[in-house]
Amino acid sequence: MIALNAVSHNYQNGHKIGFKDWQVDDGSQWLLLGASGSGKTTLLHILTGILKPQQGSVVIDGTSIYDLSSKDLDQFRGRNIGIIFQRPHLIKSLTIKENLVMAQSFANLPTDLNRVKEVLTSLGIADKKNAYPSELSHGQLQRVSIARAVINRPTLLIADEPTSSLDDKNAAAVLELLIDQSGINQATLIVATHDKRVKDTFTNTYELS
Amino acid sequence: MSPLKISWKSVWSKPLSSALNIMLIAFGTGILTILLLASTQISDKLENNSKDIDLVVGAKGSPLQLILSSIYYIDFPTGNIPLKEAQELARSPFVKKAVPLALGDNYNGVRIVGTDSNFVGIYKLKVKEGKFWQNDFETTIGTSVAENLKLKIGDTFYGAHGLTGSTDVHKTHAYKVAGILAPQENVTDNLILTNISSVWKMHDHEEEKAHNHDEKSESSEIENKEITSLLIQYRSPMSVVMFPRMVNESTNMQAASPAQESTRLFSLIGVGVDTLQWFAVLIMFIAAISVFVNLYNSLKERSYDLAIMRTLGASRGKLFLIVIAEGIMLTLAGTIIGIVLGHFALQFIGSNQESSQARLSGLIFLGEEAYLFVAGLAIGIFAAIIPAVQAYRSNISKILSKN
Repeated sequence: MIALNAVSHNYQNGHKIGFKDWQVDDGSQWLLLGASGSGKTTLLHILTGILKPQQGSVVIDGTSIYDLSSKDLDQFRGRNIGIIFQRPHLIKSLTIKENLVMAQSFANLPTDLNRVKEVLTSLGIADKKNAYPSELSHGQLQRVSIARAVINRPTLLIADEPTSSLDDKNAAAVLELLIDQSGINQATLIVATHDKRVKDTFTNTYELS
Repeated sequence: MSPLKISWKSVWSKPLSSALNIMLIAFGTGILTILLLASTQISDKLENNSKDIDLVVGAKGSPLQLILSSIYYIDFPTGNIPLKEAQELARSPFVKKAVPLALGDNYNGVRIVGTDSNFVGIYKLKVKEGKFWQNDFETTIGTSVAENLKLKIGDTFYGAHGLTGSTDVHKTHAYKVAGILAPQENVTDNLILTNISSVWKMHDHEEEKAHNHDEKSESSEIENKEITSLLIQYRSPMSVVMFPRMVNESTNMQAASPAQESTRLFSLIGVGVDTLQWFAVLIMFIAAISVFVNLYNSLKERSYDLAIMRTLGASRGKLFLIVIAEGIMLTLAGTIIGIVLGHFALQFIGSNQESSQARLSGLIFLGEEAYLFVAGLAIGIFAAIIPAVQAYRSNISKILSKN
C-alpha cells in the first residue's frame, strides 16, 4: 500500500505546490491526471524517491522512503519501484539482455536469465535479447523499457506519459501491456498522463488541479 | 553485471575516441620508457667500464676523446705516446697498477687491443674456454665477439688496419684464438685482446724482416716503441690531486679522468634526455586532458543514462565508480601498451645499432617502470575525477524532467 501524507514541494523559483493525500491499495490501477505544468512529474518523482519533498511523507509498504539513507533509498527503488518513462531510454552500449541484467544487479539481486527470458517472452520480444538498442524500433524499445521496469517484480509500477508520443493503435497496445504486466507481476500501477484516450480504461483517478 | 563491466562496455562502445586516448597515453609512456631504459643502461655501461680505472694517460688532445677511445673503445685514439715515458709513469709511487694499450687494428669492426696481463687484473677477467694470450699473435676474445663472428678456439684471422674498415688487411701474420672470455657485461665482451708486441709486429713487419728478428736488444726496442695510452689505478687517494697535474705539466702527455669525462659526457647527453622527458610529460598531460574532455563530453550525453541507472537502484557511489573506472581503464591500457611498445622500440633500436659496445637492450625490466604504472593510474584518476564527482552529485530529478 502506498500512502501520500501532507506532501508539498517548493520549486526553486519559490512557487509552492501541495498535493492532496492519496491512498493506493495493493494491486489497484490508477490514473494520475493533470495538464502540463500541473506538477505531474514532480509528484511522480516524489512517489519514486527521486525528489525529496520539503514537507510530508511517502510510505510504500510500510517504509517511509525519505527516512532511508540515500544509498538505501536507491536500493529500495531498484527493488520495489519500476518506472517507465515517456521515451524509452536504454543504455546504448549494452544489449537488451544486458540492460535487463543490469537492472537486476543494481537492485542487488542475483542475475536471473530465466526471468529475463520470461519477461521478454511475455512482451513478445524474446528474439531481440542480443540486439543493441539502436537496432530496435521505437515500439520495441518501449516494450523493453516496460520489461526493464518489471524485471525485479516491483510492488509499484509507474508510467510517466507512456502513450503521449504514440498513435491510437500503439497507445492502446502499450496500455494493454502495462495493465497485463502489472497483473502478471501483481504490481500496483500508476499511469500519469494528460492523454484523454487513456481515461476510460481506469476506474481510479487522482486528479491534479 | 558489475559497474566495471558497464565501464568496460562503455569504453568499447566508442572505439575511435577510446583508441585515440589510449594511443596518446601509450605514446607518452612509450617515450618515457625508452628514456628510462636507455639512460639507465647508458649510465650503467659508463660506470661498469671505468669502474676500477682512475686515470688514462695518452697523447695530448681532447680528454673526452682519450676516454672514449681507451675506456669505451668508440672514438679514435688521440695519437701515440712513447713507451719509455709511459713506463716511467707506471713506475711512479702514485701508481698501483698501469695497463698499456696499443690500438690500431680491427677484425670485422671489433677492435684488437694489444695489452699485458695487468689488463686482466684491472678488469677482473676470467676465461670461459682456453687460456689468456701468451705468445705473439695469440688472442683471447670477448664472449660477444666469439658469438657474433663465430670464432672458436684455434681459429685464425687477419687483422685490418684502422678501427673499422677491412680494406687494408695485414696478411703477413694471422692471429689465432687461444681463449674466450667469460661474459663480463662490459666493454671487454666486444674486444680482441693480444699482447703489445703482436700489434707492433703487425705494423713493423718489414723492418722486422730486415733485422732478421735477432739483433735488436730489448732496450733499443723500447726506445722507439710507442703505445696508444696507459690505464692507471692509483695507489692512494692522494694521487688524485698530484698525479694528473704532474702528467699534464711535466710531460708531453695528457691525463684524463674517466669519472670526470663520463660525467661531462652524460651531462651533455642529459640535456637531450631532459628535453625528451619534458616532451613525453607534455604528451601525457595532453593525453590526460583528452581523456578528461572525452569523459566530460560523454558524461553530458550520458547524464540521462546515469539518471536512469539511479532509478534502477544504482547508488551515487556506483555511478562514481563507473565513471572513474572508465578513465582508469583507458589510461591503464595506454600505460601497459606504452611500456610494451617502449621495450620493443628499444630492442629494435639496439638491434640496429652499429657500435656493439654501447648496444641497448629492450629485454631489461626496471623497478622504476612501476612508477609509470602509478603515473598512468594517477592520470586516469585525475582525468576522471571531475566527471565522476559530477556523476555522483547529479540531480536526477532535474535531468529526468528535462527530457
